[in-house]
Amino acid sequence: MTAPLLEVRDLVKRYATGGLARGPRAVVHAVNGVSFDLAAGETLGLVGESGSGKSTVGRTILRLTPATAGAVRFDGVDVFAAGAAELRGLRRRMQLVFQDPYSSLNPRMTAGAAVAEGLEIHRLLPRQEIPARVAGLFEEVGLEPAHTARYPHELSGGQRQRVGIARALAVGPAFLVCDEPVSALDVSVQAQVLNLLGELQRRRRLAFLFIAHDLAVVRQLAHRVAVMYFGRIVELGTTEQVVHRPLHPYTAALLSAVPEPDPASRRRRIVLSGEPPRPTAPPPGCPFASRCFHPKKDERCRTELPALRGLGDALVACHHAETGPLTPDP
Amino acid sequence: MIGSLRDLFRRAWRHPSGRWGALALLVMALLAAAAPPLLQDPAAMPDVVAGATPPSAGHLFGTDQLNRDILARVVSGGRISLSVAGLAVLVSLTLGCAVGLVAGYAGGWVDGALMRMVDAALAIPRLFVLLLLLVVWERIPLWALIVVLGTTGWFATSRLVRGEVLRLRGEPFVVAATGLGAGAWRTIARHLLPNAAGPVLVAATLGVGDVILLEAGLSFLGLGIQPPTPSWGGMVLDARPFLVSAPWTALFPGAAIVATVLAVNLLGDALQAALDPRSA
Amino acid sequence: MNDLLQVRGLRIAFPAPGGGSVYPVDGVDLELGRGETLALVGESGCGKSLTALALLGLVPAPGRIAEGSRIVLEGTDLRELGPEGLRRIRGRRIGIVFQDAMTSLNPVLSAGAQVREAVAAHRILSAREAKARAIELLGEAEIPDPAARYDSFPHELSGGLRQRVMIAIALAGEPDLLIADEATTALDVTVQAQILELLDHLRATRGMGVLLITHDLGIAAGRADRVAVMYAGQIVEEAPTARLFEAPAHPYTRALFRAIPRLDGAVERLANIPGGVPSAAAWPGGCRFHPRCTEALARCAADVPPVADVAADHAARCWLAVKQP
Repeated sequence: MTAPLLEVRDLVKRYATGGLARGPRAVVHAVNGVSFDLAAGETLGLVGESGSGKSTVGRTILRLTPATAGAVRFDGVDVFAAGAAELRGLRRRMQLVFQDPYSSLNPRMTAGAAVAEGLEIHRLLPRQEIPARVAGLFEEVGLEPAHTARYPHELSGGQRQRVGIARALAVGPAFLVCDEPVSALDVSVQAQVLNLLGELQRRRRLAFLFIAHDLAVVRQLAHRVAVMYFGRIVELGTTEQVVHRPLHPYTAALLSAVPEPDPASRRRRIVLSGEPPRPTAPPPGCPFASRCFHPKKDERCRTELPALRGLGDALVACHHAETGPLTPDP
Repeated sequence: MIGSLRDLFRRAWRHPSGRWGALALLVMALLAAAAPPLLQDPAAMPDVVAGATPPSAGHLFGTDQLNRDILARVVSGGRISLSVAGLAVLVSLTLGCAVGLVAGYAGGWVDGALMRMVDAALAIPRLFVLLLLLVVWERIPLWALIVVLGTTGWFATSRLVRGEVLRLRGEPFVVAATGLGAGAWRTIARHLLPNAAGPVLVAATLGVGDVILLEAGLSFLGLGIQPPTPSWGGMVLDARPFLVSAPWTALFPGAAIVATVLAVNLLGDALQAALDPRSA
Repeated sequence: MNDLLQVRGLRIAFPAPGGGSVYPVDGVDLELGRGETLALVGESGCGKSLTALALLGLVPAPGRIAEGSRIVLEGTDLRELGPEGLRRIRGRRIGIVFQDAMTSLNPVLSAGAQVREAVAAHRILSAREAKARAIELLGEAEIPDPAARYDSFPHELSGGLRQRVMIAIALAGEPDLLIADEATTALDVTVQAQILELLDHLRATRGMGVLLITHDLGIAAGRADRVAVMYAGQIVEEAPTARLFEAPAHPYTRALFRAIPRLDGAVERLANIPGGVPSAAAWPGGCRFHPRCTEALARCAADVPPVADVAADHAARCWLAVKQP
């Protein structure tokens, strides 16, 4: 059993807001103890809605924002303890693909220059060989090499996203964090980019942490799926299990809320009532208790935080995961 | 970066005000640079007896009280005023950008300390400082005047730059650069500065107008550019006793000040409008 | 029962850079009855949002509705109304909910004040009555504890709550037609489900017609009675919902279905629609979809296809749908 490529343990991220003229001081609990492993060539989908902390997880793993607590090991190396030089080396191997194709590229740099930057920073190639490599990367992501001279505003959203992917690939990473890479794209473009990511994974044996709010999109690429709510993973299992036999009520609600283009679909419609708790005021028990519809919901749910525990092959954080008609399929 | 600046100017050109402003400035700059050898010597022998003469064929702007050709003096004074303003703004820009970039990028106590310093400096009126300095330092040489003007005018620019840097730091493309492993230098030089250049340029353009007025005012008070070097402010000062008897002696240098500042402001407005992404 | 709204030949013209005009909306026909939901589905650049704005007479300058367009709301041709007439229609007969409530709501006014303003714009009421009505509307929009929320400011509310405030404002004039222009796009999936459920409920209880503008075929599938698919400024297919999803007639519609990731069924490679969405400045000749169509015939490049009847109530703008004699 080979060691996983990425090990995340008890990741915590809190940050302070307010103070002085900006409102009352408060601490936002963005990530509240997240742990998972990722093997080489595997895709783990990280699904959740806004405020779930999923984007923050991606950024803290890459050390783009400092974590409050926890540990991340990449290929055996402690990411948070790495010094400047070691971190530089790590950066080559883990990269990020952003959500917004419009702001993820420097408007004053040509597409070619953006893709070449990683090569320049790490001195991976002699200067004269860089244009050829950039052209090759462009072709690999489905862009015409002639576009290297174009500025971002001269490219479409889908093309910009491809440039972002090429930029991440240029340094030869083994692991990509894809933070909502297709949410801002039209349906037809979304399909192209998803297919591209799938091909790149197969060809280059990349591991993906695929962050998204759309379970249907995640299903296209993910081998396993982790569902996040209020800064914690509430369910983790294989894609098919999570999608067809969800164990946590939130997962069931999320699945039923995805608009499926099939009017004949007879999935039970679960409409959640209420609002999630405020990120500055975590409740003592299960954070989903205020909206939970599980028939066995009880006082324990409100007072005791359920731990993420094993149930069969999956992990779930619910006191009553063994019981209850949760599956939305009739 | 050059490409984007060119783009900015092209968009500003589309605004009629920008076009006129830029053209006017260009004409003035050309005149100031090329014309003096063609005109009469502004420091020609003073002739008190002949005195001021009104505009005529030989002297398009007339002559001043010492019978020196006003056109030549306005153009020559323009050369001085424009260079002083231009160089002073350059000094301000450099200082302001440097401080703003460092404060915005470093954050933390460095940012706090620098900005408190800027706050304190902004609390002291610039004119006051200049007056004090110049009263003490009589017959200030030109280079010193430029440095003094420059070092008293960078505070607002630094805040502007810092604001832009703070905004840009959160932008995904800057985060991407960090993710690629870019160090501080590369991030500042390739990602922060080029994208902060726009608003800074507008502020600089408007700053030129400010300095021209300041310098003219100081010269008018006898503190700035010293005679016999012609300056617009100095010419207006000299013309004070003759406002009624020979109004052209004050009119033309005054008009030159107004026209230049107006042109600069028009250009600055047009650049600002060109910066606004909605006007693209 | 398509008597609430009838749109015929809607064209919107914008001046082209080199002179002349471009038509980002180029011949749109729509029908909507009371108590019915019509989904107008399309990707960005197809002209669906402009169509919505046209119904309210809010096409942004320098665009204008071209001659020959007809927009008839329950017998009244909106094209014949002047600015004052249109103003009376807005809010009172047609309500609209936009995508981003954060920019549609005034940040310095409380939520309740904005709803009250909308109420007062359409009826003569005392201040107390207007406030009471506003609280009622907030409740109808299913905002919990509406009396307390009356004084909340937009930035204090979550995205879902803000959108509900927008809905309350849209309902203030008791409109007959409600337009939801990507009203749930910026919301989380679970919140989106709540809002769509609310819109459905309001439609049923008030007998309004709802025009649901979206890029999401899934939303159309779940909530609409009929679906119109828009591409390059035109409606390319229109059918009752069940029929459209069972037997889509237009290649674009079929391609869209194959490109959408699903939760049900096996995971398959998503179909690629080659090329990109054309811009209004350069609509392709013949059938506008032909450059990207995998089923294109030879004549598609040259001849503009008619709107052909595929079945009762189901039409497609495609040569393939034209029945051979």
